[in-house]
Amino acid sequence: MNKPLLIKDGRIIDPSQKLDEVGNLLIAEGKIAWRGKGEEKPPQKDYEVLEAKGLVVCPGLIDMHSHLREPGYEEKENIASGSRAAARGGFTTICCMPNTNPPLDKRTAIEFIKSTAAAEAVIRVLAIGCITKGRKGKELAEMGELAAAGVVAFSDDGEPALNSYIMRQALDYSRAFELPVTDHCEDTILTDGGQMNEGTLSAKLGLRGLPNAAEDIIVARDLALAELTGGWIHIAHTTTAGAVELIRRAKEKGIHVTAEATPHHLTLTEERCIGYNTNAKVNPPLRTEKDIEALIEGLNDNTIDIIATDHAPHTEGDKLCEFALAPFGISGLETALGSLMKLVHGKKLSLNTLIAKLTSEPARILRGKHGQIGTLAVGAEADVTVFDPAREWVVDTREFASKGKNTPLEGETLKGRVIATVYGGKIVYRDSAGK
Amino acid sequence: MTTEQIKSVAPKPAPVWQHRHILDIDDFSREEIELVFNTTQAMKEVLSRPIKRVPALRGKTLITLFYEPSTRTRLSFELAAKNLGADAANLSAPASSVTKGESLIDTVSTLQALGADIIVMRHPNSGAPEIAAHYVKASVINAGDGWHAHPTQALLDLYTIQEHKENMKGLKAVIIGDILHSRVARSNLWGMTTMGIDVTLCGPPTLLPDEMAAANHHLPKTHIEHNIERALDGADIVMMLRLQRERQQSGLLPSLREYVQLYQLTEARLKLARPDALVMHPGPVNEEIEIAPAIVHGPQSVIEEQVANGVAVRMALLYILAGSQKS
Repeated sequence: MNKPLLIKDGRIIDPSQKLDEVGNLLIAEGKIAWRGKGEEKPPQKDYEVLEAKGLVVCPGLIDMHSHLREPGYEEKENIASGSRAAARGGFTTICCMPNTNPPLDKRTAIEFIKSTAAAEAVIRVLAIGCITKGRKGKELAEMGELAAAGVVAFSDDGEPALNSYIMRQALDYSRAFELPVTDHCEDTILTDGGQMNEGTLSAKLGLRGLPNAAEDIIVARDLALAELTGGWIHIAHTTTAGAVELIRRAKEKGIHVTAEATPHHLTLTEERCIGYNTNAKVNPPLRTEKDIEALIEGLNDNTIDIIATDHAPHTEGDKLCEFALAPFGISGLETALGSLMKLVHGKKLSLNTLIAKLTSEPARILRGKHGQIGTLAVGAEADVTVFDPAREWVVDTREFASKGKNTPLEGETLKGRVIATVYGGKIVYRDSAGK
Repeated sequence: MTTEQIKSVAPKPAPVWQHRHILDIDDFSREEIELVFNTTQAMKEVLSRPIKRVPALRGKTLITLFYEPSTRTRLSFELAAKNLGADAANLSAPASSVTKGESLIDTVSTLQALGADIIVMRHPNSGAPEIAAHYVKASVINAGDGWHAHPTQALLDLYTIQEHKENMKGLKAVIIGDILHSRVARSNLWGMTTMGIDVTLCGPPTLLPDEMAAANHHLPKTHIEHNIERALDGADIVMMLRLQRERQQSGLLPSLREYVQLYQLTEARLKLARPDALVMHPGPVNEEIEIAPAIVHGPQSVIEEQVANGVAVRMALLYILAGSQKS
């Protein structure tokens, strides 16, 4: 076991305990061992010190939506590189999507993820299982076996808009396992050939649009099916003002729904596509200021439960082509916190709310099935993120641990930088320019 | 006429001209468009001579890279290059290595390595020439990309208009047809509005999204009118667009028959426009569908002039671009 670690004089923010105070945190034997204020002495003497004066100390961030590409697309990312990217971004738990090759639709596939993660990942990697066999949308995958293997949700992400009959069965059947069905909400008949948000900019650029309505329609359908079945629907990457309003009303009615939004949809607009920038091509597409405002309002009134990255790495070659031929996706793990801090600095979101959306709220969705995470309570897993909310840095994809350099933020200055990531009591990432 | 003589007739490009590539005309100033007009005028004088050649671009290499079939645009670029003494070669992309998965960037880099000074490109995907332009030293001329832009067509359309209309400012133009899929319409609405022409877009709502006339920072102010009679009322310029027959199959139109009933430019409808209204079409024309044959060949049609002006306008653009490359 590592030597105990004292994280000293940091601003400890832990929404799970409604905690926001300057103090010290002692980590020993992979758990949070003790917490005290400045003058209080830790119960033991022999420890290493991580100086955190002026820094925020919070539970390790949790990402419910990452694409790690392994098995099958290791040229874009693998579990090892994706986990390092996560650690650089302050994440200690990530949940990988099953749109791999082969897809994660069987127990053996989940076992592969678990064993590879155990051997190669520097943080906790959890798996999301498929809804249907082979992600083909025809027959349900063996959800019970996937649940027993430890999946955290079911999703056919990347292959959206299951037919309503299969979605009904999935929401119904999955009730037995108390796991959410996560849907990428897109009416693909309406968006066929779509490249970016539909609006004046798509009209100018001559690109086929993905209208907001295509998302709203499937969100409305999924909510109706969740109401019908009593199943748990989790809305992936919400992007439209309409969808936020639908989810809000469904929650008022008591429908079992949780929802996420991504850092890029919360901070960037469709204008990033100007110049046919394929690194801004993502699905759902970057939308407008009006949608961003609605998403932020949704975060603040808990219509949107969590922030998830939808980290979608691609190779440089994948994106080096005509806009219409480029794959969708943004590599997001390493810029997530820095991007999101813009909302805090701009007073759109409190720092405590932001941290809750990345720690205690996703932990609530995971329901304690994967250890006591998303909290700094004594006895919990020693997953801790230390970041400097005021540190400015320039995004340089050459420094990314992710194989995916596909971000529209290259060269931009972000304010808020991860200084250290502690997973299971061990420092798994330390900013090289750090304090 | 020698190169020196051309220079004396054509205005110097440097102070006004801001473009290394011609990708669209959304960022062209009125002065730049007027420079194209004046240079085109000089080129027309060259073309009126028994030997229609000047060596202004001798030693330059122009390559046309067409990922879509085209007759008139490609031919007019090749003739323009040859008339100026440049070497012209062509690559018809689908027939070549492109089908083996060679990327756009690889292909334009190869053309660059082969010594292209100017690459004229047509591509089915919007934005492809702009992406290509990032990777080459050569000047890229967009000869039509997806639904996005067809700047040389718009410039020859504007040139044709100004040959007939002394003052462009305040003229009323109506562009009729499949606006949604039309790169010609998109480039013309920029060029026309820059020159002070009042533009109305007309077509069925499924082929004419309201966003086209949103008049925000992405697009200039135009009007939308779904009724062809009202759109034609008092027009000085009537620009018809080609209707692709696939639009019926893709559910955007109930039938070509109904489209003809609602949107064909007939002689009766043309009477609603001003008596001296010009009838334009970028070609190729679907006679009997978007326009009545009698109008195509009638006294108000300038469709053939558009084709003829295509060579002179493209000579002017090549000349201006080559001049700006030197500086």
